[in-house]
Amino acid sequence: MTDATTSLLTQDARTKKRNAAEARFKLYGIAAIGIGVAMLILLLVTILGNGVGAFQQTFVTLHVELQEKKLDKKGNRDPEDLKKVTTFGYDPLMKAAFDKAVKEANVETKLKPKDQAALLSKSAAADLRNYVLANPEHIGKTIEFTFLANSRVDGYLKGRVTRESIANDKNINAAQLDLVDQLVKAGVIEKRFNPAFILGADASDQRPEAAGIGVSMAGSFFMMLVVLVLALPIGVAASIYLEEFAPKNWITDIIEVNISNLAAVPSIVFGILGLAVFINTMHLPQSAPLVGGLVLTLMTLPTIIISTRAALKSVPPSIRDAALGLGASRMQAVFHHVLPLAAPGILTGTIIGLAQALGETAPLLLIGMIGFIASNAPGGVAEGLLSPNSAMPAQIYEWAKRADPAFYERAWGGIIILLVFLVTMNTIAVILRRRFERRW
Amino acid sequence: MPVLWLFLVVLALTGSGFFIGRQRALASAKGDSRNLHSRLPYYGTHAAISVIVPSLLVMAIWLFVQPLVVSSAAEAVLPQALLTADASAGLLMAEVHRVGAELVDQGVTGPLAALVPAGTTAELIPAIELYVANTHTGHLWMSIAVILVALVMGGLALRPINAEFRARNTVERTIMALLIAAASLAILTTVGIVLSMLFETINFFGLHSWTDFFFGTTWAPNFRGDSDLSILPLLWGTLYISLIALIVAVPTGLFAAVYLSEYAGPKTRAFAKPLLEILAGIPTIVYGLFALLTVGPMLTTLFSAGGLLGVDWMKGATSVLTAGVVMGIMLIPFVSSLSDDIINAVPQSMRDGSLGLGATHSETIRQVVIPAALPGIVGAILLAASRAIGETMIVVMGAGALAKFSLNPLESMTTITTRIVSQLTGDGDFSSPETLVAFALGLSLFVLTLGLNVLALFIVRKYREQYE
Repeated sequence: MTDATTSLLTQDARTKKRNAAEARFKLYGIAAIGIGVAMLILLLVTILGNGVGAFQQTFVTLHVELQEKKLDKKGNRDPEDLKKVTTFGYDPLMKAAFDKAVKEANVETKLKPKDQAALLSKSAAADLRNYVLANPEHIGKTIEFTFLANSRVDGYLKGRVTRESIANDKNINAAQLDLVDQLVKAGVIEKRFNPAFILGADASDQRPEAAGIGVSMAGSFFMMLVVLVLALPIGVAASIYLEEFAPKNWITDIIEVNISNLAAVPSIVFGILGLAVFINTMHLPQSAPLVGGLVLTLMTLPTIIISTRAALKSVPPSIRDAALGLGASRMQAVFHHVLPLAAPGILTGTIIGLAQALGETAPLLLIGMIGFIASNAPGGVAEGLLSPNSAMPAQIYEWAKRADPAFYERAWGGIIILLVFLVTMNTIAVILRRRFERRW
Repeated sequence: MPVLWLFLVVLALTGSGFFIGRQRALASAKGDSRNLHSRLPYYGTHAAISVIVPSLLVMAIWLFVQPLVVSSAAEAVLPQALLTADASAGLLMAEVHRVGAELVDQGVTGPLAALVPAGTTAELIPAIELYVANTHTGHLWMSIAVILVALVMGGLALRPINAEFRARNTVERTIMALLIAAASLAILTTVGIVLSMLFETINFFGLHSWTDFFFGTTWAPNFRGDSDLSILPLLWGTLYISLIALIVAVPTGLFAAVYLSEYAGPKTRAFAKPLLEILAGIPTIVYGLFALLTVGPMLTTLFSAGGLLGVDWMKGATSVLTAGVVMGIMLIPFVSSLSDDIINAVPQSMRDGSLGLGATHSETIRQVVIPAALPGIVGAILLAASRAIGETMIVVMGAGALAKFSLNPLESMTTITTRIVSQLTGDGDFSSPETLVAFALGLSLFVLTLGLNVLALFIVRKYREQYE
């Protein structure tokens, strides 16, 4: 009471300062959360903004005359003879068809047929050849065939390639873009949904327009299969022992410390382990989803063990006591009563662990799941596990490394697909938890 | 695919073991299961486990050991003339493995000079022949051994089965052993990690001086040999990027945690906390791409020549700042959710005491809650640092490849994890120091992160205030 005139109702300078500090402090908190949420939104907007384009592709629809004298000189439709005609044999047909389409659309252009056909993808001739080999009965007829357009044309329609940006580009020139503009008006070139991106195989550096993520999705699937088959039983068994049976001594202490440390080991270290043990020592095939699955299993185990132990711990002891009281052995009490009650929690933890494993990239780089073109979809389970393949995140990394910016769009598009999987898995986990979680 | 067939045979034997065991027990109890010591399925399970566990164990060990034996036999017949400096035994054996495995897959036996694919070194054919022949013999003997073990163990298990046999106790003992084995796998993994890196690291130090690795100042791998391989510039890059990441993540995460646990109502909390945690669930490859294609170019438009700020500080899109900022974003939820838990653990009575003495809310937090939670928060920050040091994809894509000591955050630098990836994904020979250095780097990384984790746990345990 230094100053008798002070009232509680009027703030003195010091109180004002303290209240201002209070307001500032609160503001910092809001700002911090704001930054976090803003970053999340920025990230999602970037992904969607850059990646949605990958699901659409520019196609050129042409009427191709499959001349018999070029494709099947003997006229016997013998598959062996048909295979002798290489993609070079199909080039003239495509050029003729393109020229015809340009004339039909009444487009004036000074471009030579060769430069016109350059608007098609480099894989166009191979696509046509595969079609003819599969349908030899169409030889001699004129068919309507949809070709992929070159990635520059695709980029032009999507706004990635502009007339300014092609100044130093040898692959396309302004006259070709004029032709594209007119063909789009005529309906020969159009942009539409491209299922081949989701289901198809990767393509080489030169043909970003043909690249798809489907085969590496299969690789990811087989890896997750290995993780599920190995990590779930081993993780549950380890947790049951540690939670229900382990005596408290230094050995179990070491195991517990070990598991919590393993959960924090950088993922790349697991990649080194996989390289040294599974590939260099055991000589398992490189780039095989089996090896990837084994590495990811070791990585996921701690996550599954930690969540399974939490689930087992949440089952009240009275359940065990009741089972033991009725004459069950400890093993029976655990396997017949505790484990079924803990199952939803275990399942939730497993799904979250799998989602983590699905998005993991670093260890896969070391066991060779990048650097080649995942072009063949696996035919069966054994082939799916043992033949070289990529995985979704590794495929995305591979695309991001390539020089042509057309691949970046595909990398973002791949991320959208990867995130769709992750969101689905996490949603299932949340629903399971909400639906089956019991409070005792 | 003999392994698959063998596996199916073992499964069939297991199934028949189950039924025979069951039948024997039932027969000895005169068809009434009430006369048995244990419940009926236990007798079958006992026989089944006795068949499947030992035979799969034999199979696994065989599959692990056989390649080692076969390789060393093939390595012994490698022509000495080929073992020159640029074609070491490891490189030649890689070819033997590749061609040999292909031929084994095709099921080829006998002399195979004609079957070897084009492009194979002709001098290696004897080694490849030996490899293929040994592999086939090995598979044959493995099948015999596994089936024999299955039959013998099954027979031994079936013999004592009668009504008095304590089947449940036996089965439970076996299951317990399996549970213990599963729990020990964690230790085995750690041992595997350490040993796999230790052996190669020792090899590396045999080829390269350890003083240069730990105390040298240049990193200049040269695949023709005579490289400077020193960890210090990489460590500098790693720590610098981690520092920037922590500068971004720690204040943001901490303030977010404080706000969420001290100020926010239940509704805000239920909304904002999961949103922040989504950031933690996003795979690192996404952050890597974000750094490479969004943040990097964004920083370039600000700081490079002709950029918005009119300065020329940045040469390319990859830089310490790019990687650091993106990694910081990734770590925000990590710091915030750990600190949130710790702040929530501070008892309410301490806040009430402080508020009752007239402190404002923020004064209470700064002078009471945070000091009480400090050990936990320091632990959380150390864990975040360990995550930052071990992070790979963001730095591989965002940080660049130049190893140097520099304070400029806009320059591109490289890290330990980046170099591990690039040394092990190159075409290098597996016995050259340029490749082996990756294992030494990996071991250093492992020790570094493990040390941080242990320190974090130690701080939390030692300085935790014991409330109540």
